[in-house]
Amino acid sequence: MPNQNTNNVVEITSHASSHSQGIQLKSLNLTLNNNLLLNNINTVIPEKGITMLMGPNGAGKSLLLKCLHGLLNPDAGTLIFNAKNKPLAETKQAMVFQRATLLRRSVIQNLSFSAPKTTTQQELLFWLDKIQLTGKQNLPARLLSGGEQQRLSLARALINQPELLFLDEPTASLDPGSTHILESIIKEASDNGVKIIFITHDIGQAKRLSSDVIFLHKGRIIEHTDAQQFFTTTRSAEAKSFLAGEILL
Amino acid sequence: MITEAFSEAFRLISSGDSDLYEILELSIQVGSSSLLISMLLGLPLGTVLAISRFPAKQLAVTTLNSLMGMPPVVVGLLVYLLLSRSGPLGVLGLLYTPTAMVIAQVVLITPIIAALTYQVIDDLHNEYQDLFKSLNIPLPKAIGTYLIDARYSLITTVLAGFGRAISEVGAVIIVGGNIDHLTRVMTTTIAFETSKGELSVALALGIILLTLALIINAFVTLLKAFAVRNAYA
Amino acid sequence: MQFTKKITLIGTSMVLALSMTTAKSESILVQSTTSTKNSGLYDYILPKIKADTGITVNVVAVGTGQAIKNAMRCDGDVLLVHAKSAEEKFVNDGYGVKRSNLMYNDFIIAGPAADPADVSGSNDVSASLNKIAAKQALFASRGDDSGTHKAEKKLWKAAGTDPSKSSGSWYRETGSGMGATLNAAVGMGAYVMSDRASWTKFANKGDFKILVEGDKRLFNQYGVILVNKAKCPTVNVSAGQKFIDWLLSSKGQSTIASYKVKGDQLFFPNAK
Repeated sequence: MPNQNTNNVVEITSHASSHSQGIQLKSLNLTLNNNLLLNNINTVIPEKGITMLMGPNGAGKSLLLKCLHGLLNPDAGTLIFNAKNKPLAETKQAMVFQRATLLRRSVIQNLSFSAPKTTTQQELLFWLDKIQLTGKQNLPARLLSGGEQQRLSLARALINQPELLFLDEPTASLDPGSTHILESIIKEASDNGVKIIFITHDIGQAKRLSSDVIFLHKGRIIEHTDAQQFFTTTRSAEAKSFLAGEILL
Repeated sequence: MITEAFSEAFRLISSGDSDLYEILELSIQVGSSSLLISMLLGLPLGTVLAISRFPAKQLAVTTLNSLMGMPPVVVGLLVYLLLSRSGPLGVLGLLYTPTAMVIAQVVLITPIIAALTYQVIDDLHNEYQDLFKSLNIPLPKAIGTYLIDARYSLITTVLAGFGRAISEVGAVIIVGGNIDHLTRVMTTTIAFETSKGELSVALALGIILLTLALIINAFVTLLKAFAVRNAYA
Repeated sequence: MQFTKKITLIGTSMVLALSMTTAKSESILVQSTTSTKNSGLYDYILPKIKADTGITVNVVAVGTGQAIKNAMRCDGDVLLVHAKSAEEKFVNDGYGVKRSNLMYNDFIIAGPAADPADVSGSNDVSASLNKIAAKQALFASRGDDSGTHKAEKKLWKAAGTDPSKSSGSWYRETGSGMGATLNAAVGMGAYVMSDRASWTKFANKGDFKILVEGDKRLFNQYGVILVNKAKCPTVNVSAGQKFIDWLLSSKGQSTIASYKVKGDQLFFPNAK
């Protein structure tokens, strides 16, 4: 179904966004401090795969993510997870923030803090091994390197077996080693059925991971297309400029 | 006179002077009782204030911060009028007892504990809030987590309260009356000895009190260093 | 484990502290003056009273004015001060049962060795005060409505001088107890009027000496009064009266007379 918009911005869609299944975003608006920061967001996010949110700084990517995750309340609009036939708020979700917020305790205590009560010591150690922090379980978590902290955040998110995983530029300013570990775990989670919605500035990362891309600019969706199409035959002028490395004003 | 005072201080302590130990014991008793009650009142108050949102919040915080600076002698006077036999709580017969001193000090220290707790928890709340929302952490667990994660800062706060309690004199001398073997603590004894012109003795007691304060502060410093080294592990 | 121990310790302390308030039956509260307390008299006689009567006497020492007001507020069982007219008013207004003479001593005027007003050796307090005022030499007053302060004001009046006009310049009103005022006087090099007992016991005299003494007008009478149960139902009448009876008894009176500091008798019993 073609997307509506109230101004003369042509929104480009493809069949990725026209599933009736998936996560439906309808007429989402967000105003903060008298500024309209998300403007009439309408699209459907496919229930499978990794959806990338891209766009210049200030486009509203983080805000959109926070609305989806329930950290911000949009002024208007609805969010429905059609595939599960329930409001988005009722799905099991987790988020990895741009900077890891770890509790002032040990690595393993951070992991067990929000893990299901039935989680065994073995499962905790299994996850630590997955993020390659074996042997560091009793270290103060905040003494870990940036990359290690973010890996721990990802494990903390996934140990609860969420249906939806949000990530806000999780590997920005991380070392390649940590980035690689994080990306493979994310890919694995996606393969296991976790829906991933991911913000990145790293075009290479987007190419590596995404199934579809939502391109935002000034609070609007400019384009929502399959990944391959987005990177090879970009339709919108803004996205083209962005991918070419130009500054979008 | 200073050297005299130091040797007098040493002599008092090592001779196990029973008057001195009685006074020291009462000082610590009154100080710790006040501290315990202030903690039971101030920690929850500061925490709840930090995590709540209501229209007059800024006013409440400002009021709490100003209460930290209440002059002890004014508090002493107010509690005295309250506990006086002819006052509203006179029937309890609490005036000129260690209990009255505890009450006065609780009035003095609770705002300190509450205000400092507020600052600490407020910082943590701002830092953890989004994460806890994301992880669906229920409020009671969140509060418990704030208190645990803030443990080093809170211990420092509590020790600051204790330090204030044992070095305070304005309130306890009014409501306690500095009665021999009953309500005489370190600070009121120092005042009393000074009023008798016994400056060396007063100074000696002052040195002992200072040493106690030093020990507490040294402990706080070590604790802080440990906490920082481990990023508050 | 350590936590429980701490809690037990603190809890016990609290209970102890609270229990101290309930041991009231054989203890009384005496509102008295800083002068009396600083002389050390109570340290001397209270243990003997406890041994003889079993009564624990708790003394709150403040200025006479405050002691009287406290007693009017029922915060005491017995009043022991040295301001006869104020004491008589206390009884006449119904707050006290009866006033009895207890003991006397005298006031003295102490001053710096330099003695700028040249009053040393005088036994004429009026002349000395006038010399001090004329010279505008520093004079430290209690200024706290105490027995000593009231006596001092009477003496200025008798001398025909009003020093309050010079309050803040050479006439310094400390508003404090005897000890604090003595400290201030020595610190400022100011003349000061004190009861002899407090002065004798005072340990920070510097180069100060007694300069004026012996004038009959420097007589200082102490009285003791039981607070009236009619006005203050919480008064411990039996123990309070026992205490007063002991003080006025021949044993009490001779005990008071036997209190000496550096060989000097500080109080002279005159209960008759």
